[in-house]
Amino acid sequence: MRKTLALIAACIALAIAGLNPATAQQPTSVNPTASSVQEDKLLNALKPNESVSGRVTIPDSQSRRLIQPEGRDYQAERAQSAQLGGYIIVGAFAVLSLFYLVRGRIKITGGPSGRTITRFGFLDRFAHWLTSTSFLLLALTGLNLSFGRTLVLPIVGPETFTVLTQYGKFTHNYISFAFAAGIILMFLLWVKDNLPASGDIRWFAQGGGLIGLGHPPADRFNGGQKLIFWSVVGIGGAIAVTGYMMMFPFQGTTMADMQWANVWHGLLGFILFAIMIAHIYIGSLGMEGAFAAMGSGQVDANWAREHHSEWAAKMGTDADRVSSGAKPTPAE
Amino acid sequence: MARMKFLCDADRCIECNACVTACKNEHDVPWGINRRRVVTINDGKPGERSVSMACMHCTDAPCAAVCPVDCFYTTADAVVLHSKELCIGCGYCFYACPFGAPQYPKTGNFGSRGKMDKCTYCAGGPEADGSQAELVAYGTNRLAEGKLPLCAEMCSTKSLLAGDGEIIAQIYKERVTKRGYGSGAWGWKTAYKDGIAI
Repeated sequence: MRKTLALIAACIALAIAGLNPATAQQPTSVNPTASSVQEDKLLNALKPNESVSGRVTIPDSQSRRLIQPEGRDYQAERAQSAQLGGYIIVGAFAVLSLFYLVRGRIKITGGPSGRTITRFGFLDRFAHWLTSTSFLLLALTGLNLSFGRTLVLPIVGPETFTVLTQYGKFTHNYISFAFAAGIILMFLLWVKDNLPASGDIRWFAQGGGLIGLGHPPADRFNGGQKLIFWSVVGIGGAIAVTGYMMMFPFQGTTMADMQWANVWHGLLGFILFAIMIAHIYIGSLGMEGAFAAMGSGQVDANWAREHHSEWAAKMGTDADRVSSGAKPTPAE
Repeated sequence: MARMKFLCDADRCIECNACVTACKNEHDVPWGINRRRVVTINDGKPGERSVSMACMHCTDAPCAAVCPVDCFYTTADAVVLHSKELCIGCGYCFYACPFGAPQYPKTGNFGSRGKMDKCTYCAGGPEADGSQAELVAYGTNRLAEGKLPLCAEMCSTKSLLAGDGEIIAQIYKERVTKRGYGSGAWGWKTAYKDGIAI
């Protein structure tokens, strides 16, 4: 009995000794204050696009982010992009005005022949006008979001400007689907004829016929048009992707992704708009006989022989094709 | 004129969420909107710190800079406010804000967010001070009555300080000197481009 009691007492003594930190096997204790998180240390340790974040009791996971310093970088990038975009667009108008003043409207040498070649069928023209109309609506409403505050707001006042921009934003979001459908259709219809070919090098070497070195031969689409095609499909596609990232925010994207999408959507938009200004110029004012291609679908034969000589040779005029036996002769 | 700021002393914050509750109750903030929140860093580990965060009312506010309709304005007390009438709910201010202050009440089609809502420093909005219109849209206007924000008033440990920047910086510096440590005036360098030298 005494031995058992002594054993128990010894065990208790050992336990108490064990609890005493001074006699414990691990003498070091943690100093929570010394190991406290310091704001400047956390901020300095941030990698690019990281934020200082922790735990919250709110279900909204966005609120876990305590400080994301790159918000200010995003603001700066937006401002830079807008400035660059402004220069690009104004520059495009300036260069084209200069070109028109110097070169004038490119005429058909020898004048129009009066005979036509069918260039674009209904589906081609539909794809073009679907894409171009939606692009112009998107461009105007988009430019309003970037520059409206500076250029339009002082003129119309805050309340009107908000209504304009609010409906502009809705238009921009909904019309985007028409644009996306248009560029997909264009890609399917024309990718075959827009693949780079050896003739394109010669076309570019002669400046596309713009600088008076004579008309280089070209197939259905010349080198310049191929650039336009790939700009619309490529840059337009990238604009569409970044746009949809913004229309479905934080669906698998991080804050950095959203900021990046916002800046690049605008910058690529400015670039494509400038390219389209040049395209619209050459297709309307800049060249006699060009608009007919997308207007009626039938181009003048002389125009075709000058600007798309290889294609014109393959096609023959519409009159020729009709008289060469398109209608079957009735049986005798 | 006073330059109003917030300072959360993370070494005193006990994550009681009294500031969050006070704000929500005072301004009848709708479901899902959290003008003020408490974020806990290194939760459960030694050196865990909690910070109460809402709009910091920054110098050169990035939200105001990116807004496409220019709906923000800064008052004479340097409080950053906005107009819900002019807001189009584009969400850019949330991308720009370093502190995640802008909140949106709706999740509509194609990222439609409704009108942005955020901490107003208990200073209401562009409507007339103390009017019913202001109360419904932005909450109470304590600043116009000469009172400080309710979150700081209700803080159980006086870790959240609100008031003139010089005064609260001085209070914080004295605290840090007396007790010998301080994890920093969270957000000050990012918001006001000027930290507190302890």
